Amino acid sequence: MPHPMPTFGSFSLLLALVLAVYSLAMGGASLWQMATGRAGRIAPERLSETARRAGIMTFAAVSCAAFALVWAAFTNDYSVAYILHHTNRDLHPAYKFSALWSGQEGSLLLWSWLLAAYGFVLRLRHKVDVRLTAHASTILSGVQVFFLLLLVFAAPPFSIQPGEIPPDGFGLNPLLQYPEMVIHPPMLYLGYVGFTVPFAFALGALIMRYPGEKWIHITRRWTMVTWLFLTVGIFLGAHWAYSVLGWGGYWGWDPVENASLMPWLTGTAFLHSVMMQEKRGMMKSWNVWLIFSTFMLTVLGTLLTRSGLVSSVHAFAQSSIGNWFYGFLVLVFCVCLFVFVRQRDHLKTENKLESIVSRESSFLFNNLILLVACFTVLWGTLFPVLSEYVQGSKATVGAPFYNRVALPIGLFLLFLTGVGPLLAWRSTTLRTIRRNFVLPSIATVATAIGLMFAHIRPWEDQSELYSLMAFSLGAGVITAILSEFLRGANVVRTQTGKNLFAASLQLIQRNTRRYGGYIVHFGVVVIIVGIAGGAFNQSTEQEVGFGDKINIGGYELRCQSYTQDSNANYDTEYALLDVYRHGNYVTQLAPEHRFYSASQTNSTIVANRSTLQHDLYVIYEGKNPETGKPIIKAFLNPLIAWIWIGVLIIILGTFVALAPAIKPALAASRVMHTEAVAVGSGD
Amino acid sequence: MQISSFMHRLFARTLRHRMVQLGAVLFGAVLLMAAADDSGTRFNKIGHAMMCACGCGQILLECNHVGCPDSDRMIGELRTQVASGGDDTSIFNWFAAKYGPTILAAPIRGGFDTVAWITPVAVFLLATIGTAFLVRTWVRRRRNTVTTPEGIPVQLPENDAMRERIRRETEY
Repeated sequence: MPHPMPTFGSFSLLLALVLAVYSLAMGGASLWQMATGRAGRIAPERLSETARRAGIMTFAAVSCAAFALVWAAFTNDYSVAYILHHTNRDLHPAYKFSALWSGQEGSLLLWSWLLAAYGFVLRLRHKVDVRLTAHASTILSGVQVFFLLLLVFAAPPFSIQPGEIPPDGFGLNPLLQYPEMVIHPPMLYLGYVGFTVPFAFALGALIMRYPGEKWIHITRRWTMVTWLFLTVGIFLGAHWAYSVLGWGGYWGWDPVENASLMPWLTGTAFLHSVMMQEKRGMMKSWNVWLIFSTFMLTVLGTLLTRSGLVSSVHAFAQSSIGNWFYGFLVLVFCVCLFVFVRQRDHLKTENKLESIVSRESSFLFNNLILLVACFTVLWGTLFPVLSEYVQGSKATVGAPFYNRVALPIGLFLLFLTGVGPLLAWRSTTLRTIRRNFVLPSIATVATAIGLMFAHIRPWEDQSELYSLMAFSLGAGVITAILSEFLRGANVVRTQTGKNLFAASLQLIQRNTRRYGGYIVHFGVVVIIVGIAGGAFNQSTEQEVGFGDKINIGGYELRCQSYTQDSNANYDTEYALLDVYRHGNYVTQLAPEHRFYSASQTNSTIVANRSTLQHDLYVIYEGKNPETGKPIIKAFLNPLIAWIWIGVLIIILGTFVALAPAIKPALAASRVMHTEAVAVGSGD
Repeated sequence: MQISSFMHRLFARTLRHRMVQLGAVLFGAVLLMAAADDSGTRFNKIGHAMMCACGCGQILLECNHVGCPDSDRMIGELRTQVASGGDDTSIFNWFAAKYGPTILAAPIRGGFDTVAWITPVAVFLLATIGTAFLVRTWVRRRRNTVTTPEGIPVQLPENDAMRERIRRETEY
């Protein structure tokens, strides 16, 4: 056999497809028998079990295919066209591994493998609710079949390179040769693919007219973990862009970035509004469509970036697979609409809003704003296409558009982040409003005044206005969160006699969901504060010789030397810059410019000195061909570090929210009672 | 009861006074600090509203790739245009005429481009008004008829203690 590993990989994919189709067919037949009550030759339970086992084996088969591709990368098997185009012999082993998701075929394989992995876990845990899991498992098999069809027929990762096989590969895109690129795509894909699970549960629960809201309890952890993966994936991407692309920013409103943001926005809306369904039996149709939309947006994002519909600076190669995604998207939408129309009477709400000033109402407005934000991003992403259709010429929709349209929406969302948790369920009395809102309002106004005295000029510059609003509202939200914490902790302290810290810990343990959510909100505010610092960025560009100086914001950069070096993978030019602040030596920075010989491309390696106050971000832009001296661009970006700290806080908050709460006996019995009522009244 | 009412009125009046004082301080602060100087920012502002023509997809003043065939020339042209004293629109028009409409980083040509700006705002307003109307309808309907999960009409619990208990029990 001339190509054993690619052949093994191809057959694994083919086997996986057969297994997934079998799982879908048997699962579908079993559910149809159960729904109609018609008995076939084989009992529906047995059909369901064989479908489940086929689903589990699909994971094994796709894993074999993924292993085969990674193996081919590590053994420099350039008979595989994908490996030839995305690796080379001297590539670092970690990047050889990341070749799995460096190109279109590989990333589709990763998607399929992660989907199979999620399905594997779901099918192993089927005893949580056998019938509901059978529905979800069958829907997952349907999605799995689509991706495997793509891999087998449209974008096969094991295609053999025709003709003579070159001795070395063409190399990995230099921009992808950065540590974060080893974890950013898998994180993002874990988020994208993960939303298939709550989607499958929601659709399954609707198909079988699942009584009560238990499916939400079952999928809550799936949804939160998925949301966390997507959040971390997005911010790892932002950090990668900041560290590698070298333009001084971290978010460029590129269609690929927008594609990841849209499902995040609807997923966040779902996480909030689903609480209303869980607690009050409200917004059932809304929630179902939110999770449907979230899943469809993950597919749409892939469609946008792969079909060539919109141009993106870091989209994968355009190809005909866009048509597959069009077809799949239409199919998913039709299935969702059909099931919704047939079963919509099952989604009748059990309670109505009692007051406009209530937690429910705030959730509703929070959802509204998140969806408007999602629409704005989608609108901006698709407008160039629309413009070409209407006017005959494309328009660019870049950062200035989003900064003007999306930032006010974001600020309003920040406002609701502070207001929502201060309102009570059902209805909020005037006394409660007065009690809860006085301190945050004072903090907001005081911060605004303080910042204006600190020379922020909101009337001169729009970005300063937005920054001022972000800082002020942020202060208000943080005060609201802290006062909620302190109020609860004081109650616990009075009850138990513990100190404030121990009382706070106990408070969190008693209600991990609530206080985990507050921590996540706190993280969001910290991120927004970091983003708001962008209004005060400074930059300068200068050609420097030995001993020349660059001055920026109290820093002085002295060029110690500039030289070049090379290794097997790339040649590099770099400058050594001694950094002084107010005359005192601080550190040495070495911004680089690399040339990768395998791929014949250039790359910038940023030198960054990050502090809580600001980042001193330095780029080696290249050499002036006339003088031979390097051109250095330096940025002073305030508060950037707080963005990454905010993400860590969000991770912490999500873990807290995922942890089981230590509930008093009374609360536990109350939950059981609520569930019993919901089950009784739901069907 | 009378003392409580008096205290309430006193508190409201004090609060009003404080708000007026706060407003005066804010207004004064704004007046004191209003010292506009936009001479150095115009080049930066316009340069951040245009794309680099090389196809890198970056904002003109942020294009940083080595040996870019366009950014240096374009930045030079921008300096000349700003120095010539033309207004922002004429500068944008000059660049759009030379490099095509995609050189503008946002749809600002007027006509159909205006739709790009109006639509999100319109959606936001319509959605807000729609949601507010929906909430009001629900609240009114809820006030008119309240039923148990089994559909039996019940009276609203007017008792504050009962409402407080419900709130406490459903809060997390």
